[in-house]
Amino acid sequence: MNVEVTPLPGIGVRKDFATRTGRRIGVVTQRDGHIELIVSKSDDPDACAASIPLTADEAGALANLLGAPQLVAQLTEEHRDLPGISTRQLPIKPSGPFDGRTLGDTAMRTRTGVSVVAVARAGQVHPSPTPDFTLTGGDLLVAVGTGEGLEAAAKILKYG
Amino acid sequence: MNHTALSLIELGAVFFVLGVLGRLAGKIGLSPIPLYLLGGLCFGEGGLIPLTDIGGFTHLAGEIGVVLLLLLLGLEYSAAELFTGLRRSWTAGLLDIVLNAAPGAAVALLLGWGPVGAMVMAGVTYISSSGIVAKVLGDLGRLGNRETPVVLSILVFEDLAMALYLPILTAVLGGVSLLGGLEAVGISLLVITVVLVVALKFGRYVSAAVDSPDREVFLLKVLGAALLVAGLASAMQVSAAVGAFLLGIAISGSTAENATRILEPLRDLFAAVFFVVFGLNTNPASIPPVLGWAVVLAVVTTLTKVATGWWAARRQGIGKMGRARAGAALVARGEFSIVIAGLAVAAGAVTGELAALATAYVLLMAILGPTAARVVEPIARALQRKSVTKTAPVEAN
Repeated sequence: MNVEVTPLPGIGVRKDFATRTGRRIGVVTQRDGHIELIVSKSDDPDACAASIPLTADEAGALANLLGAPQLVAQLTEEHRDLPGISTRQLPIKPSGPFDGRTLGDTAMRTRTGVSVVAVARAGQVHPSPTPDFTLTGGDLLVAVGTGEGLEAAAKILKYG
Repeated sequence: MNHTALSLIELGAVFFVLGVLGRLAGKIGLSPIPLYLLGGLCFGEGGLIPLTDIGGFTHLAGEIGVVLLLLLLGLEYSAAELFTGLRRSWTAGLLDIVLNAAPGAAVALLLGWGPVGAMVMAGVTYISSSGIVAKVLGDLGRLGNRETPVVLSILVFEDLAMALYLPILTAVLGGVSLLGGLEAVGISLLVITVVLVVALKFGRYVSAAVDSPDREVFLLKVLGAALLVAGLASAMQVSAAVGAFLLGIAISGSTAENATRILEPLRDLFAAVFFVVFGLNTNPASIPPVLGWAVVLAVVTTLTKVATGWWAARRQGIGKMGRARAGAALVARGEFSIVIAGLAVAAGAVTGELAALATAYVLLMAILGPTAARVVEPIARALQRKSVTKTAPVEAN
């Protein structure tokens, strides 16, 4: 992917790339840290159809939404030959029971047999998290296990 | 009522009215600069409510306003950005100078204001308001557009051109000979080059010298440094404003960001006073006679700026609509035109009519600029449609 980095003197930096359909998509990062998501117009590729200001949290959440399914799809593909095993993303709700607690506190493997293989946070993937990994609201856990186990894991994360 | 009480009341009334005007400007999506100028016209000599007791304060405050305007402009750019901007846009920058300085100079010569007046008016019509332009681009959500870097690099070029122009203007206004003028050019070129190189190589030492984790200490240090540099530059005949601009460039990184944050309210306050003072010193009665010329200049320099932006954007391979947007974005003139006219008026080297023309011109352009940036797309689309319908029958044949 060829990401174009263009300095905007006095304002910040624009980073964008052209998608396969010809639309330009990217972000403008302003000096003061403000982030804007930009999407070009289809009839005028120089202009933006939308430029949406995002907070750091919102940008992280968006990055998770875009990044985590890919990871799950990849893992599902790898487990295809093992029937009965599937992969799911499990969200940590802000101010939910595990916001600010460690992965070990969930006792996920002991209670459900499900393994958390990665945590997606703010667009970054933290692979193989250890039990002392501290979770925060907005994290997406990528969990591998049986269908039943995953159901139970989702309930635990929701209700404690 | 004693003098102090009267001064406080007058100053309070001025700030309050400016606040109300600023809010009004924000509501209708305009830059507050034209309203500040109008406020100054109302308060001043020959205006509705003449104010006489705060002259000493407003004069100095206006000067500080200019220093802060230029300091914050310098803080916005790092030396590296200036170099890339210069490399990318120097051809467009030169075209910009030729197209937009010429109308002002021509009108000044026609009105018999001589070469000094021509030089001042050339600067007034040349320089776009980077403050208004950046605000409009942000408000209209065009920061991500492909023509925006073109617009910004032209602004960078203009600001650097200002750093060269202001010392020369200061020297000329001081009534120096041709040789003295050349000397001023030489000195300012040398100083600017040295500062840029120092900023590029040793910017962090300059930043470290003014930086402090304590807000209060930081504010006092950075403001003190700015006024010191501005005063020294002024003593060396290099123009106080340029000294502040160069200091701003030399301060970089997080220090520059913090300085901007901390100085912005002060800049807004003192710059508002500066615009009011300029309005105060302009007699409203002198505006109607030059209004015709102001309108002529407004029309001509709107077209020349649009042409500049169009040409620069086309060179970067931007489509027609983007070219039109780049041109219209550059139309606004504002704070720096008034800074230039203010320098000339303060030196007493030009007629009062020039101040009146500059005021009327900036009033028009500060309103016209943001409006042009807003309406350019619908207008360009309508023109495109018209040309399509015109050419359609030809194609049918």
